[in-house]
Amino acid sequence: MIKRTLGLYALLVVLFAGVGFQLGAANISLLLVQSFAYALIALGLNIQWGYGGLFNFGIMGFLMVGGFAVTLVSFPVNPEFWASDGPLLLGRALLAALIGAGLIIGARFSDRIGITGRLKTVLMVISWIAAYIIYRSQIDPAAAYIEATEAGWVGGLGLHPVLGWAFGGLLAAGIAFIIGKICLGLRTDYLAIATIGISEIVRALLKNMDWLSRGTLTVSPIPWPVPLPQDYQASGVEIAQSFVYARLGFLVLVVIVLALIFFLVQRAYGGPWGRMMRAIRDNYIAAGAMGKNVTARQLEIFIFGSVLMAIGGAILVSFAQIYDPGSYQPINQTFLIWVMLIVGGAGNNWGAMFGGLLIYLAWMVSDPLAQFVFNTISTWSSDAGLGAIPDIQSRASQMRVLVLGLVITVALRYTPRGLLPEVMHRER
Amino acid sequence: MNEFIFFINNVVVSGLVLGSVYALGGIGITLVFGILRFAHFAHGDMMTMGAFVTFLLAAMLTATGIVLPIPLAIIVLPFAMLITAGLALGIDRGFYQPLRARGARPVTLLIGSIGVTLIIQGLIRLVFGTGTYSFFDEAPKVLYRVPVPLFDAQRTINFTQPQVLMVFATILVVVVLHLFLTRSKFGKAMRAMADNADLAQVSGINTKLVIRVTWIIAGSLACLAGTMLALDVTLKPDLAFNIVLPLFAAAIVGGLGQAYGAIAGGFLIGFAEVCAVFNWAILLRPFKDRFPEWFEIPNNLAIVPTEYKLTVAFVILVITLLVRPTGIFKGASS
Repeated sequence: MIKRTLGLYALLVVLFAGVGFQLGAANISLLLVQSFAYALIALGLNIQWGYGGLFNFGIMGFLMVGGFAVTLVSFPVNPEFWASDGPLLLGRALLAALIGAGLIIGARFSDRIGITGRLKTVLMVISWIAAYIIYRSQIDPAAAYIEATEAGWVGGLGLHPVLGWAFGGLLAAGIAFIIGKICLGLRTDYLAIATIGISEIVRALLKNMDWLSRGTLTVSPIPWPVPLPQDYQASGVEIAQSFVYARLGFLVLVVIVLALIFFLVQRAYGGPWGRMMRAIRDNYIAAGAMGKNVTARQLEIFIFGSVLMAIGGAILVSFAQIYDPGSYQPINQTFLIWVMLIVGGAGNNWGAMFGGLLIYLAWMVSDPLAQFVFNTISTWSSDAGLGAIPDIQSRASQMRVLVLGLVITVALRYTPRGLLPEVMHRER
Repeated sequence: MNEFIFFINNVVVSGLVLGSVYALGGIGITLVFGILRFAHFAHGDMMTMGAFVTFLLAAMLTATGIVLPIPLAIIVLPFAMLITAGLALGIDRGFYQPLRARGARPVTLLIGSIGVTLIIQGLIRLVFGTGTYSFFDEAPKVLYRVPVPLFDAQRTINFTQPQVLMVFATILVVVVLHLFLTRSKFGKAMRAMADNADLAQVSGINTKLVIRVTWIIAGSLACLAGTMLALDVTLKPDLAFNIVLPLFAAAIVGGLGQAYGAIAGGFLIGFAEVCAVFNWAILLRPFKDRFPEWFEIPNNLAIVPTEYKLTVAFVILVITLLVRPTGIFKGASS
């Protein structure tokens, strides 16, 4: 197994080096940063699916949450917003939300004062509706006011981006806790559909709450945790060189984060905690009979995985310097990560990381590759008098969807456990 | 009265149309789940594929110069349904059958169906590009305006020809499917297999054939649903991919595996979506004088803003999963 792991990683290095020679140092450093961030996200999914057997199809939602968190924390402060009545109105909306939450919690515990059965259900429904109306009555004018004034949106906090990554993890943990509480009782395929539904709700919210995230107007430029290419240029480095330096600086930071998390995750997997998780995954009834709290452990694992996804999403947004909620698509985010894990090998951290790096490379190079193929065929067909292929540019960029689909079906059929499958240690 | 007609146009007509789309798509999803026990994610893209097959056939017919009062798509629809059914069978043979033969879990089949989604979508985009197409390049869409000769109403009830066709197609499908499931031998075999696959097999039902029949029905219904949707809006590569979750919501709300449930769930979700974004203040305005002095009707009384229309389906889905995971009609569980 070690031989196989080393061999595949050596192959990966060769592939990246080959692509690097083709595309140049600036492009390959960009590709490397992004693929390491995706490897982190794949690691997060590996915790959920590989360790715990939880079917999370809402990865896109967590990536968006991470991106939003880093935008909010690291973007410079918006003084116009803080000078206006916006914070006051938002404070009122927050108060309304708290009152609403109080109503719902109150209705939940109404059986303590003797309200039970159908009456309690009615009370619950009424309290949800009342909470919704109270909240909407405060947030709507606040949102309209902020969007109408000079400020436009709430702006950021102007803190260090790495803090933003951490905050992304924290925010995702909170959201994952709520989702997990709601959904983890469901069977696998229901869980998949429920998590997709929730991630779509998150997307709809972040896309349309212009006052909070600027929605489709997008936020940029989001600051970098390391010196930007412009900073290098200011100190007299050539433009082409400056991009390479800056991206390498970012790469070092991402690799440090990834290495740290990978070390912790790998340790956890080998320890008693990891064994317990695998026991729950393989037979939750038996694990429950052994005294393990299955629901609580699954919630724990769901939260851990989601935190890694959000950190990965935050890194990607930081690196791209732009937060565009409209650019998130289930194919590009959720499904891509699943392909990474299935191809790499669920349950094996090295496999998940390998899958993340390999599939991201394949995803990125299939566009220029398809363009090359199309151009060749087009020249050939126009030479043969059949006419050239129209719109090669836009068609070729769709090629990667097809490639992704082919890769996952082939992987499921021929290596269902991935290229680096989980290693089962059996004690005699 | 004008306000009431506005309500009919925006809630009753749109709800019926949206509900028909969801019902037609939801039936396919629920049938596949009932027989094969996995959430078939590629159903949305099968719908898109069917719509493109119809589009190609209609374009071929247009090239011969025939002009008819109804859209040519309707004429070629039966052939397109046959072709799509064949494609669905091919997809099953190529992708799902090998996985089933290996005894893969339903989850693996679900992931496989996502692969199929990507392949279908990739191929469609590769061939047709990302632009939109219309079935009505040659002849414009027929619009019906029905005047209401009551209480001096000026507005008319409006709907288009494809919308009428869609509602009738849904009714037809429901009746035919009902007769098929309750009267024919295959239909009974299908229900038996949905109920208990092992028991069906030992009582001599040819389960492989039932699976094939299921794919034929699912494929042809997907083609019908996709074409109807494309006739109502426009044809584009992500036509049905965007509504695959509401379709699942319809199937789950109705109870997975229950054909009648999918119809009920489809209309429920369709009407819930249009009701949620409808501005109810409009209906209150005629009664302005009846309200006390201090009461002012707000400008907008929509339950959710229009941008969140699709979100309504997800919220209903999540609530259903929590409160009654088996759906309205008791659904199957794997």
